[in-house]
Amino acid sequence: MLIFRHQDGSKIASPEQMQKWMQATMDWLNGIAAKGKYEGKGDGLVMDNAKVVHHGGTVTNGPFGEIKETLGGYVIVKADSIDEAAEFAKGCPVLGGEGNTVEVRLLAKGDGVH
Amino acid sequence: MEHQQIIPHLFRTEYRKLISVLCRYFGFDQIELAEDVASETFLIAAQNWGINGLPPNPTAWLYSVAKNKAKNQLQRGNLFDTRIAPKIRETATALYAYEPDLSPQNINDSQLQMMFAICHPAISTEAQVGLALRILCGFGINEIADAFLTNKETINKRLYRAKEKLREEKIKIEMPAKSEIERRLDQVLTTIYLLFNEGYYSLSSDTTLRKDLCLEALRLCTMLVENKQTDKPKVNALLSLMCFHASRFEARIGKNGELILYDDQDTSLWDTDLISKGAYFLNSSAVGEQLSRYHLEAAIGYWRTQKLDTPEKWQVVLGLYDQLLQIAYSPIAALNRAYVLSKVAGNKAAIAEANKLDLTENQFYFTLLGHLYTGIDNEQAMLNFRQALSLARSMADRQIIQQKIDKLSS
Repeated sequence: MLIFRHQDGSKIASPEQMQKWMQATMDWLNGIAAKGKYEGKGDGLVMDNAKVVHHGGTVTNGPFGEIKETLGGYVIVKADSIDEAAEFAKGCPVLGGEGNTVEVRLLAKGDGVH
Repeated sequence: MEHQQIIPHLFRTEYRKLISVLCRYFGFDQIELAEDVASETFLIAAQNWGINGLPPNPTAWLYSVAKNKAKNQLQRGNLFDTRIAPKIRETATALYAYEPDLSPQNINDSQLQMMFAICHPAISTEAQVGLALRILCGFGINEIADAFLTNKETINKRLYRAKEKLREEKIKIEMPAKSEIERRLDQVLTTIYLLFNEGYYSLSSDTTLRKDLCLEALRLCTMLVENKQTDKPKVNALLSLMCFHASRFEARIGKNGELILYDDQDTSLWDTDLISKGAYFLNSSAVGEQLSRYHLEAAIGYWRTQKLDTPEKWQVVLGLYDQLLQIAYSPIAALNRAYVLSKVAGNKAAIAEANKLDLTENQFYFTLLGHLYTGIDNEQAMLNFRQALSLARSMADRQIIQQKIDKLSS
């Protein structure tokens, strides 16, 4: 299938090794979260391109497996405008807290069919 | 391999290299010329190898033909344009002095630079994806149209406009300045991410095509990780995310191309190699002070490779979704969070959250509600599944929803 030239990653890691990697990752992740670093200072993708607007858009999304793969199929939300998409965003349950922001990202324009 | 098999194979691996090198050689404004030369090279190979059999080193053969054709092109262009385009002639004369450099180093550099040139903020993201498919992945117009569920004309127009725009902007095949790399890299990552999604969740019924899209996205991202300038934590995170999801490729599509849902997948078909690669790259990504959406999605992706149904697992996943929604909100991510919430706090709590989203034009909104109501209020469940059915466009989706309805009414 794929050839990775990263040798350390290319052999199948033992469950213990995986465990270690994941533990380290989660520690790092929680550390960052505790410092609140991800808020407003996160990835440029999130902050800078958060409102890249091309007219007449489709908001399309990442490979979140929970619904697509568990309940079936694939997902696309169609919004006629960025404002409408932003309307969706207001329903976000975790954004009640003060200082939290809502980002609407427009990734690809729809021809109505995409 | 016979030449009938080796040519498509070489086309996949070598076309993009030729295009990238030739484009750098001719200048980006001559991108069509580069495409012509690369395509003709393969055409000649098909004819010649059919008659004379395979040369001992097919790749070297292709390179040498491409080199000659490129030189001839410039020569011809030079004569042709003496009167009408003295400027082009000057450039051409200067370039004619040397031939395209097809050394591994230059091939690699050119491809990376090409990636940045294509993922330029001047053109729309979908045009970037289209160009990436065409130029970096060697996809045919038909295949691209198929992937985007549109027709050839639309794709041709879209690519033409994008190339025009890049010409107007005088894009060069070069690495962005150091100070620019971080920002421009985001655009490149978005394109790779979309490429992967297109393959993973595309409506296209062509499963080989879909798998190819995912593999190409993995390949492009791997190139970025292998280059010092672009080997950033978020690039590793994206690669990890894609490895985790790609690990289920064999398990999630049945013999007849139908989707196999997560719970029904044969886990022995999950690719453990890709899962451990995913963990490796996720670990590599966990450095520095920047937490990107890719980090969180990769961590969520990891938990999907662990088929546990423990409260602890779902609690961690819920936490990841909460963080994700704060840095990169999307209604779909929120909908998925509602599903995870049902695992942690029960269906009723999840129904309340899902209702807030009010995505009444989205089939998955109704599918999720149908699922959550099942066992609590089957009448409501049925209503929601029927709504989902009326919104579903693909045959595969309709079948799956119909099965849920049948199950509920039996």
